[in-house]
Amino acid sequence: MSNQSLFAVVLALGVCAYVVASYRARSLAAGKPFTLHSRLHYYGAFAALWTVLPALLTIAVWAMAEPMVLRGVMHSHLPAEVLAKSAPERVMIDGTIGSLADGLARLAPDEVEQALAAKTPLVGLLATKGVAMGAEPAAFQIAAAQDLNRATAYSRFGVTALALLLAICGMVVSILRVNRGLRARNAVERIVLAGLISASTVAILTTVGIVLSMLFETLHFFSQVSARDFFLGTVWDPRFSAAGSTSATAGQFGLVPLLWGTAYISAVALAVAVPVGLMAAIYMSEYASKGVRSVVKPVLELLAGIPTIVYGLFALISFGPFLRDLGSSIGVSVSASSVLTAGFVMGIMLIPFVSSLSDDVINAVPQVLRDGSLGLGATRSETIKQVVLPAALPGVIGAVLLAASRAIGETMIVVLAAGIAANMTVNPLQPVTTITVKIVSQLTGDLEFNSPQTLVAFALGLTLFFITLVLNIYALSVVRRFREHYE
Amino acid sequence: MTDVTADGVSGTSSITTLDPAIAARRLARRRAAEWRFQAYGIAAILFGLFFVALLFAVIGAKGWTALLQTQLTLPVTFEKSVIDPNGTSNHDDIMAADYTSLASAALYKRLGISPDDAAATALADGLISTGSDVELRKVVLDDPSVIGTTRTVTLLAHGNVDALLKGTIDRAVPEDSRQIKDQQIAWIDRLTAGGSLAKTFNWGLFTRGASSQPETAGLGVAVIGSLYMMLTVLAIAVPLGVAAAIYLEEFAPRNRWTDLIEVNISNLAAVPSIVFGLLGLAILINLVGLPRSASLVGGLVLALMTLPTVIIAARAAITAVPPSIRQAALGVGASKMQSIFHHVLPLAMPGILTGTIIGLAKALGETAPLLMIGMVAFVVDYPRSPLDPATALPVQIYMWSNAQERGFVERTSGATLVLLVFLIAMNVIAVILRRRFERKW
Repeated sequence: MSNQSLFAVVLALGVCAYVVASYRARSLAAGKPFTLHSRLHYYGAFAALWTVLPALLTIAVWAMAEPMVLRGVMHSHLPAEVLAKSAPERVMIDGTIGSLADGLARLAPDEVEQALAAKTPLVGLLATKGVAMGAEPAAFQIAAAQDLNRATAYSRFGVTALALLLAICGMVVSILRVNRGLRARNAVERIVLAGLISASTVAILTTVGIVLSMLFETLHFFSQVSARDFFLGTVWDPRFSAAGSTSATAGQFGLVPLLWGTAYISAVALAVAVPVGLMAAIYMSEYASKGVRSVVKPVLELLAGIPTIVYGLFALISFGPFLRDLGSSIGVSVSASSVLTAGFVMGIMLIPFVSSLSDDVINAVPQVLRDGSLGLGATRSETIKQVVLPAALPGVIGAVLLAASRAIGETMIVVLAAGIAANMTVNPLQPVTTITVKIVSQLTGDLEFNSPQTLVAFALGLTLFFITLVLNIYALSVVRRFREHYE
Repeated sequence: MTDVTADGVSGTSSITTLDPAIAARRLARRRAAEWRFQAYGIAAILFGLFFVALLFAVIGAKGWTALLQTQLTLPVTFEKSVIDPNGTSNHDDIMAADYTSLASAALYKRLGISPDDAAATALADGLISTGSDVELRKVVLDDPSVIGTTRTVTLLAHGNVDALLKGTIDRAVPEDSRQIKDQQIAWIDRLTAGGSLAKTFNWGLFTRGASSQPETAGLGVAVIGSLYMMLTVLAIAVPLGVAAAIYLEEFAPRNRWTDLIEVNISNLAAVPSIVFGLLGLAILINLVGLPRSASLVGGLVLALMTLPTVIIAARAAITAVPPSIRQAALGVGASKMQSIFHHVLPLAMPGILTGTIIGLAKALGETAPLLMIGMVAFVVDYPRSPLDPATALPVQIYMWSNAQERGFVERTSGATLVLLVFLIAMNVIAVILRRRFERKW
């Protein structure tokens, strides 16, 4: 049975279990439901959960393991010279065997037997069933495809039998357990709580998944390019080489120019966003009337809701050309994609981020501090500069660090507006490139997956992840300590 | 206090002995500083507002013309000798017929040029979109009885004609460096005056798939792909996020494990989106073997990305429900689980919903992770399931922004406009929901 129909059958069994168990509970109660431990539907839910959950878990685990096992079976029967071929060729062969197996499964078994015995080409036969093959498959491919089909059939039979067995056993046992003393509600609530707990661990699993998946590919990369060359190299020249070339011509993967570009653009962005965002937040929380606040705040937050691709497009079609024309009108050559373009537009993107974080922080400063300062005769700006801001400083620093982490990880603005040449220039009117731009450019397009040119993207991603992780954790702990200080 | 000692006078009497002129100057200086400080604040806000306005103005000004498309209305003769020369009415023959020649013939007739004049016909062919044969074929397939008759058909004009009529191609540019020639301009003006060429609302922008010609390129595939992704995000991020929020707010003991989960959630909310794309590529595509460019993969990646947003919003909504509600439920004999699912959760629902919509809006505009999992794809046909190759609205914008043809500049801004309209609609819904169901306890 296919996974879909198996799923449907198990669910149907679950519904049966629900109906039967609540019926049984009702007849046990004999018109006096208060004599039971739980309300009727808990008995139904108890039986349904015991029917459905073990079976569905089995199906899920099986569905994840099945492709790997089947691939193993298929490879175990391939001739040694086929196994010795290069990775891309192997992928091609696997694909052929896969579609061949698919086609053979659609033919009647005796049709295949006859065709193989009479040595009639399979291509024509398969074409009638809607499976297009490029060329007549080799004998080993036919054998492997037949092995694959046999293994698939066993696997399907196995999972169907196991899942149905578990579902039916669960149903019978749980229905039999329904009696006056069964604490059905407690049992159901324990399962629900287990579900809630596992949902909360998804966040941890995601982080682990991110680190492991990138770590694995990064180690793979470092087996081809030394870590020293990557972290300390000052030349970025990955040289998109053709498949099968040796690592001697693989190019240089120096991280330093990318780090420089990332840091430079982020610094420009923060130079725009921090003063503007902070001043906007101060004005909004200390001066603005309620009416002004209720209009301006959502409009500024609109900036935060605009996708970064739109900012990138704005930089590409409007701001970059504007700066270039401005530059040429005063005789300065400005590249259309430059540090200034990308940094400035990114700064605009970060304004609402900085301002809403600082707004929270400034509002968290207790009113008594302001009242004390004003009571001594300080003006409002003096109060803000000499009392509120120093008190809010840790929180503001946290906000700036979070904004920096945003800027470092920002992708679409720099992809569209920063350029792709890995320059180490200090001139803000020249293009530079960033880590994120290189991740995108190394992974879009048709590339051989095991080449260092592709794998370097994961090393870059892991570097990016760790930089932002350190910034985030430090910033979040600073903000948290700041809040606790005033609570 | 430093002022006092600086004047060299001790005791409280110093304040009264301060020279009134100095005091007035000092006061004026302090007032000026106060005024300047406020002006900085106002300037910062105006700066922000100015860029909101500028962004929308630029995108709007460049994009709104994409909502109109130049169409060519011509009486086309559906020659039987061209469409079905053997008279078999065979579907394959009709599919393979040369419909471009029909459109060309109709245009030559309308312009009054001889079909044998090679130079003139080449120029005239440049007025019709290369996608016109598909449109004519559709007319024939929908109603085979048109074969042999003459019908007035509306066809797409070529992208260059569209650009000229919208002013993107400048007539003042010398003919050699212009994409459209003087003879063609004369024809276009004649056709426009005769009512054959007109701009109509561009439905194709919303229904067509990918194309290398700007006039036949549309957002249809991208809209469907984005829709599939949003449904995946809804189906995965919302139940998981709400469940996690309930556990963390109502059940979790304060210990290291819970702290770890909390740090993880707040950190995941700040992890660069492109890293989620790498996760999707390494695990979902390379390890699990899901197809590249499938909207299911995109949806899963975006769901993981949206999860922290949903958890944070749901936790805030659950904390906002006052403890008296829980105590009342427990007091009449509900279990803790019952008090939460029957009372707390329904009361927290509007807040959760608002957070979810804002999370969805963020996911809808996200581009970078989708580039990693191969959503940069040239997809012509509508995806029938979330496993079919598709693309997404922001990715389509990215691809068009890289396209070389002039007509795509306008399409890029037009698509951005469409995306912004979707996002603003979602945010407005979130605000309305918040206002409508907001409850003060």
